[in-house]
Amino acid sequence: MSAVLEIQGLQKTYRSRKGVRKALDGFDMVVEAGQVHGFLGPNGSGKTTTLRTLLGLIRPNAGRMAILGREVPAALPEVAGSVGAIVESPQFFGNFSAQDTLLLLADAGGVERARVFEVLELVGLRDRAKDRVKTYSLGMKQRLAVASALLKNPRLLILDEPANGLDPGGIREMRTLMRNLAESGMTVVLSSHILGEIQLICDSVTIIAAGRRVAAGSVAEVLAQHATSSVRVRLESAVDLPASAAALRELGAQVSLEQDHLMVSGIAQPSAITRTLALRNVFVSELAPVSVDLESVFLELTGTAPVAGEHRQVDQTVMAQAGPAHGGWGQ
Amino acid sequence: MSLYTAETRRLTKRRFSRFFLLGVVVVLALIAGGMFFSNQKNTPEVVAAAQAKADREFQQAVVQSEAEKKACAAQPGSDCANMWTPTRDDFQAEWYMPSTFDFREQFGAMETALAAILAVMAFVIGASFVGAEWTSGGMMNLLLWRPQRIKVLSTKLGALLVTLSVVTVVISLIWTGIFAVIGNLRGTMEGMTSGAWQSVMLMELRGLGLVLFAGAVGFGLASLGRHTAVAMGVAIGVVVLFQFGLGTVLSLAGVKFLEAYLIPTWAAAWVDKSVKLEDWNACNVSPDGCVPDTLTITWPMAGGVFGAVLVLVVGLAMWTLRSRDIT
Ligand SMILES: Nc1ncnc2c1ncn2[C@@H]1O[C@H](COP(=O)(O)OP(=O)(O)OP(=O)(O)O)[C@@H](O)[C@H]1O
Ligand SMILES: [Mg+2]
Repeated sequence: MSAVLEIQGLQKTYRSRKGVRKALDGFDMVVEAGQVHGFLGPNGSGKTTTLRTLLGLIRPNAGRMAILGREVPAALPEVAGSVGAIVESPQFFGNFSAQDTLLLLADAGGVERARVFEVLELVGLRDRAKDRVKTYSLGMKQRLAVASALLKNPRLLILDEPANGLDPGGIREMRTLMRNLAESGMTVVLSSHILGEIQLICDSVTIIAAGRRVAAGSVAEVLAQHATSSVRVRLESAVDLPASAAALRELGAQVSLEQDHLMVSGIAQPSAITRTLALRNVFVSELAPVSVDLESVFLELTGTAPVAGEHRQVDQTVMAQAGPAHGGWGQ
Repeated sequence: MSLYTAETRRLTKRRFSRFFLLGVVVVLALIAGGMFFSNQKNTPEVVAAAQAKADREFQQAVVQSEAEKKACAAQPGSDCANMWTPTRDDFQAEWYMPSTFDFREQFGAMETALAAILAVMAFVIGASFVGAEWTSGGMMNLLLWRPQRIKVLSTKLGALLVTLSVVTVVISLIWTGIFAVIGNLRGTMEGMTSGAWQSVMLMELRGLGLVLFAGAVGFGLASLGRHTAVAMGVAIGVVVLFQFGLGTVLSLAGVKFLEAYLIPTWAAAWVDKSVKLEDWNACNVSPDGCVPDTLTITWPMAGGVFGAVLVLVVGLAMWTLRSRDIT
């Protein structure tokens, strides 16, 4: 396998009158060919900035980037023909119809006109293609954006929040579409906040927080590395819950006390739980390992899990530990 | 080339461009119609009637003046020698003719008007062409497709200028044709030698230059500010501050050749070949009485100024686009 997309030590500092803001701070990313790659991170972590930089809209302050083995931005004009992209709900000129918009893009990029009707069909806009874009709903605009990215039949497809505004049917269609595209050999990079979706369709992920990579690798790898596997424990009688929690904590486990059960993690053998509780004459009625999902791993890694009684502010995430940024996972 | 055709199509497909052009055509038609109906041809009958009227008025004036002289002489001590005596020259037949369209004399003003109207149109269309692209995000989409910023912007500008040229040439030809017809039916084409036609053509060429200049500057300003409103704001600002404000201040200060600071003067100098400004405060004594100081602005001077502004605005637009972050 070869890397279709490589980013090393990318840095971007926005300067404005209010001061400087480090949006990217030595970010790394690798995407292998033929994969659907999820690009995850909290709001303001630098996803869109990364994609804009990659596509030549923004100048980085430092770092190296390559698409399809060619250094960008230097070789961008040559590789642009094989990269289709949407960056954060693109807007289109409202008075043109979808068909006109795509025909103009096709002409500008030297793509056959017949392809326009193919992609319109593909994203389900065929019957509304002659309406003005101004009159479209959010999801219809998003579909048009995806159509514009697909127009070139690219080898690398970059989609920044493509599911934004799509209906459930649309999301599912998008999912199948991505899978089909990947099977046909296209590499897809997908940024999204819908982690269930990412877990379903992505082969691998990169997680970014505060402008740095905090995890990367295949979905299974990331889950395995970071799943603090926990067990749900129900007792015969709920009155014993607080005392049992205290006993398990003595054992060195992390315990959270829920309404009618305990969530226990940090214990190697679940049998230790039953043994400890049985010694205190407390009997377990249910002992179920809870499979971790991407969402909890994401919240843990980025430090953005909601805390009761606090209003987390957007830049309040884990600050990736200082030092060279090569300590990412999955390398 | 494909980018160029796409941009030309984008420009001509825009409803704004179309409506604005339609509006301009309507205004031009009204002007031409007005000129047609307010002028008349001097047929022999019209000339004879005017001559007869002039004669009649002259006779009346003579009779009246004699009556007044008599009345004056009847009063002793008054000086009647200096009283006005009408002459033939005071009653020329032309003054009694309806206005007539002398192509050679008057088409210059019509051509200047056309150039000015088309230049305003070019400025607005040029500004909105790129301004709407910036605000709608279309520019960003296009740059994702063709990540060569300078090439994209200059191709857009090229498409704009070529389209404006075609529109201007077509409208100028029709305009000339219409006024040739008006000259034939409602005036005279006298003196339109091939030399005169050549100077009409050159004037129309300079008019085209003015239109392209306005289009490119509108485009450049809107691209610099990434919004149509920026170009319009600059234009309005220049008109209000520079033209009215500066004009008032300078006239209060009694500055010489006030008009030399106003843009229309330069535009007129460019299209009309030259504009002569006169300063009546200065009196150079000569056998004919006072002769004012004059300042002549010629079309090469105006061309130089417009060229410098053009290079500055378009150059700056290109240069800022090269390095700026597009978010
Ligand atoms: N044009 C800009 N000028 C200044 N700061 C900017 C600019 N664009 C983005 N930033 C800052 O850079 C940081 C990263 O922004 P970015 O848009 O990349 O986040 P993101 O990961 O795409 O977030 P989201 O999930 O909300 O889309 C943010 O702190 C943001 O405020
Ligand atoms: Mg974003």
